Amino acid sequence: MEVGFRSWSCALRLPFLLCASLLLAGAFVACGEDDSGPGSLTVYSGRSEELVAPIIEQFADAMGIQVDVRYAGTAALAATLLEEGGNSPADVFFAQDPGGLGAVEDLLEPLPQSVLDLAPEWARSPEGLWVGTSGRARTLVYNTENVTEADLPDDIGGLTDPKWKGRIGWAPTNGSFQAMVTAMRSRWGEDATRDWLEGIQANEPIVYPKNTPQVAAAAAGEIDVGMVNHYYLHRFLAEEGDSFKARNYHPRGGGPGALVMVAGVGILSTAGNKDNANRFIEFLLSLAAQQYFASQTFEYPLVEGVVTQRGLTPIEEINNPLITPREMADLEGTQALLRDVGITP
Amino acid sequence: MGAMQTTVPQTGGLLRRMLGLGGVPHAGRRRAPAVLWLPSVAVAIAMVLPLVYLVERSLDGGGEVVGLLWRMRTAEIAFRSAALVAVVTVASALIAAPLAWLTVRTDLPLRRFWSVVTVLPLVIPSYVGAFLVVVALGPRGMLQGFLESLFGIERLPDISGLWGAALTITLLSFPYTLLSVRAGLWGQDPALDEMSRSLGLGQWKTLWRVTLPQMRPSIAAGSLLVALYTLSDFGAVSLLRYETFTWAIYLQYETAFNRALAAGLSLVMIAAALSLVVLEAQARGRSRYYRAATGAARPASLVQLGPWRWPAFAFAAAVTALSLGMPLALLAYWAVRGIAAGETVELLWGNALNSVYASGLAAVVAVLAAVPVVVFTLRYPGRVSWVVERLAYTGFALPGIAVALALIFFGARFATPLYQTLALLVFAYVVLFFPQALGAIRSTYLQVSPRLSESAMSLGKSTTSILWRVTLPLMVPGMLAGGALVFLTAMKELPATLLLSPIGFGTLATSIWAAAEEAFFARAAVPALLLVAVSAVPTAFLILREPRRGQ
Repeated sequence: MEVGFRSWSCALRLPFLLCASLLLAGAFVACGEDDSGPGSLTVYSGRSEELVAPIIEQFADAMGIQVDVRYAGTAALAATLLEEGGNSPADVFFAQDPGGLGAVEDLLEPLPQSVLDLAPEWARSPEGLWVGTSGRARTLVYNTENVTEADLPDDIGGLTDPKWKGRIGWAPTNGSFQAMVTAMRSRWGEDATRDWLEGIQANEPIVYPKNTPQVAAAAAGEIDVGMVNHYYLHRFLAEEGDSFKARNYHPRGGGPGALVMVAGVGILSTAGNKDNANRFIEFLLSLAAQQYFASQTFEYPLVEGVVTQRGLTPIEEINNPLITPREMADLEGTQALLRDVGITP
Repeated sequence: MGAMQTTVPQTGGLLRRMLGLGGVPHAGRRRAPAVLWLPSVAVAIAMVLPLVYLVERSLDGGGEVVGLLWRMRTAEIAFRSAALVAVVTVASALIAAPLAWLTVRTDLPLRRFWSVVTVLPLVIPSYVGAFLVVVALGPRGMLQGFLESLFGIERLPDISGLWGAALTITLLSFPYTLLSVRAGLWGQDPALDEMSRSLGLGQWKTLWRVTLPQMRPSIAAGSLLVALYTLSDFGAVSLLRYETFTWAIYLQYETAFNRALAAGLSLVMIAAALSLVVLEAQARGRSRYYRAATGAARPASLVQLGPWRWPAFAFAAAVTALSLGMPLALLAYWAVRGIAAGETVELLWGNALNSVYASGLAAVVAVLAAVPVVVFTLRYPGRVSWVVERLAYTGFALPGIAVALALIFFGARFATPLYQTLALLVFAYVVLFFPQALGAIRSTYLQVSPRLSESAMSLGKSTTSILWRVTLPLMVPGMLAGGALVFLTAMKELPATLLLSPIGFGTLATSIWAAAEEAFFARAAVPALLLVAVSAVPTAFLILREPRRGQ
């Protein structure tokens, strides 16, 4: 209680001074930044800084363009774009998955055919609003001590076999998983997909929030098989070495369980730097950038003539069912089904 | 001898009369000066923005939202959220109240060291904490590996669900209660304790019957923060697979892209949160906690723990080991392993500076805004101040993403020059974390006798000058504690930082997230360690600035 006026002013003088000088510094910084001239590009990237910052930097250096990037989750950025509406400072939306691009389709501008043609047809928007930039495969990650590839079913449909009871992991709230279910509904039909979901439920799968913890759990033997995207394994291998007790298996029979999905990019119709935006997309689909994705982020390139990373199953060996974005458009139907079966609330 | 039951004098305000809210003004009522009610109303307007946005968004969905809320097992989610909040709040109070008393009032060995390190778990982002808990205590985690080598145990019971989530959030959020109780203890009138002992009550009975009841408002204030933090946490409940409101709300944003339903759920959650706020006000009670006697207050003398020193020491050490030691050890292990495997790891000093800068500004602004709100709501109760006080908690009780989107909605439309500037980011932090400053400052203000300002007034001082010269200095411990809380939580804030910061403004929290999201553990561990280290400096500064005793 004995804090008189003198010690009060002592106690707070330093923070106040600090604050005042910080504000002043902030004002100076603010004055320095105003360069949304012709030589710039603003990217909203749902792809992680860890993955794409180096390649974006290469683009900026090569073109002499000032590139500003906002990194956040794909869904959060999609919501941001929708709230910003016409006032968005973004030129380009670089999304982790087609779902994010689909959510903002009303805000996107059709891409020139020359840009669209850089990627194969299965890897772009049916309306020409966005184009894929790199691929990732759905896969089964398995524990190498308890399971061999021979034990694993030809098709992901086989995981409903009771012998997998209590041994499966999945992440039913994950966007990539839901994309796979959408692909199932398109290829297998609604009823077969529902049967499969119920069959997996009957096998009492362990539920994970996303992919990474499943890969860790598979290596630890907490689960024997997990349904994930392929590249997380390679990051673990890079950090923990070959003794890491998990590997990927791409269902040899193909089907929705061997689905290859894309990350993609689109241009906002309110973009102020459309030429630079087009240049950016062309660059992402250039040989140099595709080689970067293949060798640095363990992803699959979408153009010919790129060498894939050692240890990665070559895309030709994956029995890719070539499911088009049009077939994967009905995300809402998938969510309704998952709710109906009682998998998500 | 508990606190005496006297009510705070009822006084109406000018604003009430202006807005036609109050009844007939009583003779002798003082009006709230503009220096109090203006900032209070400004705070209320800031806090109402997320609510306006959420109502607007859920109306977008129309009847669909109501139908889905009905279908979505909302009652079950509400029940699960309530269970988690209850467990975490009680557990945090059981850890924090004894720890606060031990570090403030006793001769616990290394008292000042424990004071600093027990606050630091607050800066560990909850998704990091939860991931570490899973790695350490999961069915096939590190503990299991250790037990397997000793006893051949092949699998531990699954920690996910209520208990795992509760453990994680408790370890990360008990410092809320701790800091609040510490500030409260500094302000308690030691004369009560001394009188009690002189009346022959003994050290322990005094603790139980005098000190503890006096700690009630600060335990309640801290517990409210813990409860609201628990309600709005996403990281821990998602990794430990416990489905709460916030989990359901994120699900709508992240995988369904359904902003209308997310907004509807958020509104339901806010209703739940406001009931907690009312509960806290009840727990605080109408008792009086300020010094009654005349004469100068002195610092309390330290309680001699005697043989209890070492059990108390062990308790402080155990809490520290679990909440801070274990996470730091694991992070260091990852960092070293990654570097040994040839990964390049950078020390992100630029990001560290950004974190400290933005969080520091947020702390100062939040404290400066909270002081008038505290004085206004406590000294001038009425409908306006009732509303202001309830609204103050909305930001903290909502998932960060909902608040961020609300400010994007308003910022991009109506504050375009400020949109995506540091000013808006700091504003977002204040909206999110305001109650932390409010609670801490209120606890100390409750200990300021209104007679002090009354007597100053009788000496002819103006209300404003009394506030500045008499009331404010007495609130310094609460201001420091509140500022520390805002600072530490802003340091780890993620959703608003990602979406609202100036473009290219990386913080430690964003770089931890970026690396962890892609399973680059070494690259996530290094900034996480840096986050704790950088936060330790101002925390130590604040803690060591608390009034010293025995001089």
